[in-house]
Amino acid sequence: MTRYFTDRLARYVVFISATVSFIILLAIAIFVFIDGLPAFKEIGVFEFLFGTVWRPGQGQYGILTMIVGSIVVTVGSLLLAIPLGIACAILLAEVAPFRVRQFLRPAVELLVGIPSVVYGLVGLVLLVPAVRQLGGNGFSVLAAAIVLMAMVLPTIISISEDSLRAVPQSYREGALALGATRWQMISRVLLPAARSGIGASIVLGMGRAVGETMAMIMVIGNSIVFPTSPLSPARTLTGNIAVEINYATGVHESALFATGIVLFIFILLLNSIAVIVFKRGASAQNLT
Amino acid sequence: MTKLKWLLLPLALTLVMAIALIGCNGNSDTTSPTTEPGLSGEITEAGSTTVQPVAESLAAAFMAKYPDVNVVIQGGGSSTGVKSAAEGTVDIGAASRELKPNEEGTVVPHVLARDGIAIVAHPTQTVSNLTKDQVREIFAGEITNWSQVGGANETINVVAREEGSGTRAAFEEMVMGEDALITAMAILQPSNGAVRTTVAGDPNAIGFLSFGYLDSSTRAMSIDGVAATVDNAQNGTYPIVRPLLFLTRSEPTGLVKEFIDFCLGPEGQAIVAVDYIPVN
Repeated sequence: MTRYFTDRLARYVVFISATVSFIILLAIAIFVFIDGLPAFKEIGVFEFLFGTVWRPGQGQYGILTMIVGSIVVTVGSLLLAIPLGIACAILLAEVAPFRVRQFLRPAVELLVGIPSVVYGLVGLVLLVPAVRQLGGNGFSVLAAAIVLMAMVLPTIISISEDSLRAVPQSYREGALALGATRWQMISRVLLPAARSGIGASIVLGMGRAVGETMAMIMVIGNSIVFPTSPLSPARTLTGNIAVEINYATGVHESALFATGIVLFIFILLLNSIAVIVFKRGASAQNLT
Repeated sequence: MTKLKWLLLPLALTLVMAIALIGCNGNSDTTSPTTEPGLSGEITEAGSTTVQPVAESLAAAFMAKYPDVNVVIQGGGSSTGVKSAAEGTVDIGAASRELKPNEEGTVVPHVLARDGIAIVAHPTQTVSNLTKDQVREIFAGEITNWSQVGGANETINVVAREEGSGTRAAFEEMVMGEDALITAMAILQPSNGAVRTTVAGDPNAIGFLSFGYLDSSTRAMSIDGVAATVDNAQNGTYPIVRPLLFLTRSEPTGLVKEFIDFCLGPEGQAIVAVDYIPVN
């Protein structure tokens, strides 16, 4: 009797928990859409998405520079983080002796726990003056990409390491038995076998890179221009909302929520593309 | 059994804390002084973040004088201040700029203080004086090198506030005028403090700051030969001065009137004078 009761209770509890998280997602989406749609009506979808001038004081709301800014910064940070992250995952999973791993792995995991504003502060005080030595004023896409790289790395490292470890031991033994060197085994057997897990880690990292705000606005300069070089300042979609929401009213406020809608769709698109690409990759892998 | 214990422990703790909280509440209710004569009630204020620190000091002094009054101070920005005062969602709104034409008439302004906006550069900057026209041309992106205003051959890095900020609106109104726009290349920072940090860290930067945020980390430029000091702003020679406003929906009455009178009276103005330029 009690056993069945506990069963049923547990079922309701997990069901309610799942429903709550779904309702929260739905509520956020509805809220952002309700507050943002008036801006689309007022400004016009085309002018909003493809306008290059953002001057709320003059009634000009174009976010193309920020869409480009978000893409450039995300791609830049991933270009830095993917090679570093996979190399570090290989070290942790295959190369490092137990003691090194015992020390390195918690260190990497600790990186996740550092609040993003601290990354921003370090970037502002150390990275921005350093980048200034290369030219420009230091507030730049490069500084933002480096800060983001540090924030994305732990995600890529720990998931990639787990998926490398999940490759069956027999693969390693088989490769070595066929006379492969250790590097050949890693690069030609383990990495392809762990491909979908590594891909997932990159998608998750990308999600964090697109969504990161606080650290970003401290080092990127927030200027409303197309980034023409790594040393140029830029503004991202998330940064646009965070920098201006404090004082925004009326159409301006609604336009910031509309920026949120664009960001929402942007992330949805990115994730779907990534899922499709990696699913195709995984199924191709199974066929061969 | 042990599993049940794990579940019960947090529940029991929550219960204990809840009871403790209720106990505290009851206690403070019985001990709070209710016999003190004078004013009582609550005043809410919201708006400009430039006004916020001085409003908090004023509120603290007012509450010390009348313990039964509670003054709640919030930020939100000048535009929010005007809007919430006009809608009556707060008793007093705050703005750190002149009212815009479309805001005139929706609220009653009370000038609390005046605030200068300083043009600041890195402490090592050799240029120490600019004309107002030069400032406009620098921020509009027409002058881009310090050598054009008598300094070293270095690019000028313009730092400004984001759209919507009262300090930016006041700067645009008083310096940029109708036609000139702040250059798109400007680094935009979301607060006075962030602008100060940015300028303090870049030898070639120029920015603008409320007088209340001036310290030794940046150097304020003289404008048209007039140093950026409270005295010069008070005697009218320093050209970039804006009002700090309290706004009410209609002519204030009762408690709100008492508070505004207190702020404009000698006690309030003495507090205002610490960072800003008193009006009375």
